[in-house]
Amino acid sequence: MSRNAQNDHLTRLEQTSIHVFREAFANFRSVCMPWSMGKDSNVLIWLARKAFCGKIPFPLLHIDTTYEFPEMYEFREKAKVIHGIDLIVRVNEDAIRRGIGYATHDPVTVTHELKTVPFKAAIDEFKWDALVTGIRRDEDPTRAKERWFSPRSAEGNWDYKDQPPEFWGQFASTAPEGGHVRVQPLLEWTELDIWEYIRRENIPNPTLYFSRNGKRFRSLGCHPITHPVDSPASNIDEVIEELKLTKTSERAGRAQDHVGRNSMQELRAKGFM
Amino acid sequence: MNTQSLSQPVSTPSLSVEDHRKMHVVVVGHVDHGKSTFVGRLLNDTDSLPNGKIEQVRKNCAIEGMEFEYAFLLDALIEEQEQNITIDTTRIFFRTKQRAYAIIDAPGHKEFLKNMVTGAASASAALLLIDAKEGVMDQSRRHAFLLSLLGVKQLVVLVNKMDLVDHSESTYQKIVAEYSVFLKTLGLNAVHFIPIAAKHGENVVARSDKMPWWKGPTVTEALDGFAHEDDLTGLPLRLPVSDIYRFDERRIIAGRVEAGAIRPGDELIFQPGGRRSTVRTFEDWPGPETRSVVGTGGSASVTLSEQIFVERGQVASHPSNQPRVGREFRARIFWLGKEPLQTNKTYRLRLLTQNVEAVIAKIEKITDASTLESKEGSSVPRDSICEVIVRATRNIAFDLHHECPITGRFALEESGRIHGGGIILDAVSKSAAPSGKVTAGERTARSGHPAAVVWFTGLSGSGKSTIAEAVERRLFDAARNVIRVDGDDLRISLNRDLGFSAADRSESVRRASAVAGLFAGTGHIALVTLIAPLAADRAKARATLASHAFIEVFVDAPLAVCESRDVKGLYAKARRGEIAEFTGISSPYEAPESPEVHIRTDKLSTDEAVDLVLSAIDKVLQGKGDDWEV
Repeated sequence: MSRNAQNDHLTRLEQTSIHVFREAFANFRSVCMPWSMGKDSNVLIWLARKAFCGKIPFPLLHIDTTYEFPEMYEFREKAKVIHGIDLIVRVNEDAIRRGIGYATHDPVTVTHELKTVPFKAAIDEFKWDALVTGIRRDEDPTRAKERWFSPRSAEGNWDYKDQPPEFWGQFASTAPEGGHVRVQPLLEWTELDIWEYIRRENIPNPTLYFSRNGKRFRSLGCHPITHPVDSPASNIDEVIEELKLTKTSERAGRAQDHVGRNSMQELRAKGFM
Repeated sequence: MNTQSLSQPVSTPSLSVEDHRKMHVVVVGHVDHGKSTFVGRLLNDTDSLPNGKIEQVRKNCAIEGMEFEYAFLLDALIEEQEQNITIDTTRIFFRTKQRAYAIIDAPGHKEFLKNMVTGAASASAALLLIDAKEGVMDQSRRHAFLLSLLGVKQLVVLVNKMDLVDHSESTYQKIVAEYSVFLKTLGLNAVHFIPIAAKHGENVVARSDKMPWWKGPTVTEALDGFAHEDDLTGLPLRLPVSDIYRFDERRIIAGRVEAGAIRPGDELIFQPGGRRSTVRTFEDWPGPETRSVVGTGGSASVTLSEQIFVERGQVASHPSNQPRVGREFRARIFWLGKEPLQTNKTYRLRLLTQNVEAVIAKIEKITDASTLESKEGSSVPRDSICEVIVRATRNIAFDLHHECPITGRFALEESGRIHGGGIILDAVSKSAAPSGKVTAGERTARSGHPAAVVWFTGLSGSGKSTIAEAVERRLFDAARNVIRVDGDDLRISLNRDLGFSAADRSESVRRASAVAGLFAGTGHIALVTLIAPLAADRAKARATLASHAFIEVFVDAPLAVCESRDVKGLYAKARRGEIAEFTGISSPYEAPESPEVHIRTDKLSTDEAVDLVLSAIDKVLQGKGDDWEV
């Protein structure tokens, strides 16, 4: 595809995301990008390298729940080298000592203890004032209300009832006292956009997304609560064709979203992505 | 393990020909005129809902003992369902047979005006709902006024709830007549007025059989008739500088092309400041091929042929078609702040990447957004529109809104939060000729970089002049205003009357500070080379020059090394007793305790020393909020 084809849909999304990255880097003192190693996260890395002409000028953070699929750990080490990533890894050792785990606890508790708690601890430790996230408006209704730059209080709370206005490319450029701003370059992308972009740019991704024995993962999280979907799609082209036809929600295989009617909202109010 | 099937057959086949680029459409209108119901219905009728969504909402309604409404599809958060109003701008994606859309469901409730602004500012078209039974209300007018202010030109009015007025054509015609007149006063023109009953899906996607008199399009037909309206590639180039990257040996100017297009070889002028250079390369990653042109909306990574001073906020354009530069303009503003907008209060003016302090010099009129009646006043309450004179504390680059919308609009910020926005109507010519004393800011603006005093202290023969001369050369070649204030030169001119006594040394430091201060006042970087052996004298100099960046450079070499160099033969004379009170021999040198730069000239080469000084200058001046590099 010609690099001069600037009017195509994916290029527009890409260029807007690059702008968001650059504005964040120019506005904030200390930026960090949490990295789940999932497809959206990997697209973010790619966009960051485009935004900063090859080298990501801030660290990435992996909150390791210790329940990642083995392939994800392999992918992490490989991608670190490919992209020249400055990676910080954090585990909530305390919670693991206390025996918090999927065998004994509900997914909302485990997600909170093994993801949100160490995530907040890392923010306290490194005093980042901007965190780049890969959330998209099409993923979940609560995410549809997000801003490009979304302030979080010192407690990590999202005041969705009183969000700053955002217009004409002017974002909230100041983090609340003690808090931070979530920077969300992929807000306007859809799942289909992500895969079409991965195909166009040839972005490295875990192969768990592709069908083995008639099943594939559409969204990746902790292995005990992440279920594959029935799918014969064994390569990017087939995934894209499948997504063009599907009407099933992307996060349907993510158990922690579906425990209660508003479990996603509860998770997010407590600081989950 | 539970698995869901992805490969089940679905009702709509993939669209073979489709415009992938989403059109953003804002949905506005008075509270309870049916926006959420309309959007819910639109999603349902275009088959854009995820599987099971409607069943899930129906189930939730049953649990809570409520009647199912299409509006609930959107009201994803509990609070909204309780209050029965939409609380924030929501984006929902759907597709017609023609193309993809992002619907921005903006709230109708008055106190959430800012969310409506957030939604509408990114839309290329608008759907405005009017309840056929209630007719034109406050917010029907206010929202249209805001649409005109935000520059949304493509408008379709939906006359909703036609089922409640017996699908009466005359009721419809009455609303069309009344509202058309109103729109005309705003310079707006609705492409269509479509009679619909959103609750029953009439004329949304499917044509209603209850309104045979309606020959115009359905809502989706009208939407498919809209054009993308944001292609500004035909306008003059406007590339606001977002940042300057120096992650490696490259110096890259980063920014997004907001209007026009840019190519390697283009001559650029950066305003304010007026420095010129030529685009050498685009540094596209991953390469090796790079773009030959970057058009509107594209992010550019530019290296320049000549290393000129560039900083975030400046706007690059072609010299033949530049933005205006000035401090004062007349603007129409919408104000969303809890505190009223006031004159003589300082706000942050944000225009593209420019961020400067500004005051509202004058409030010319305040407009009631529903009646459009104007009055005078000295403060502007929340949710009002006003015309004001904005005066920035320093020059900014801008265009008039009607010339180039994207550089002709701005946001106003207070305490780190955006409280309003506006469009620029006219430049105020007075700003071209500011009156009163010339300020330091104006001088800095003219020299294009901040001023500074760099004070080289150290023993005679330590290498002060050698390093200062090399630093001066580097700065001068980089087009900085730079001057050396040399102790030896002063001794034969200004300080001819002074000797080497402690009192005379203090006086010579005082005079050198005064001279350096004058140069810094003109926007120069003054490089002072003076032994200044006493800490107290140097402290006084630093205090006197406190309004400028001050960098103390301790040029340090052991006495024996300095004496062995003895370029001017002074040490020999001092040893022979021909010079009394010679520093290091017969007079003390108090080494600085915490200089900004400490250079051991017996250990470093001149080049290394120069780099240390330049990077310190770079750092200090960047701390003043500027990008500055040699």
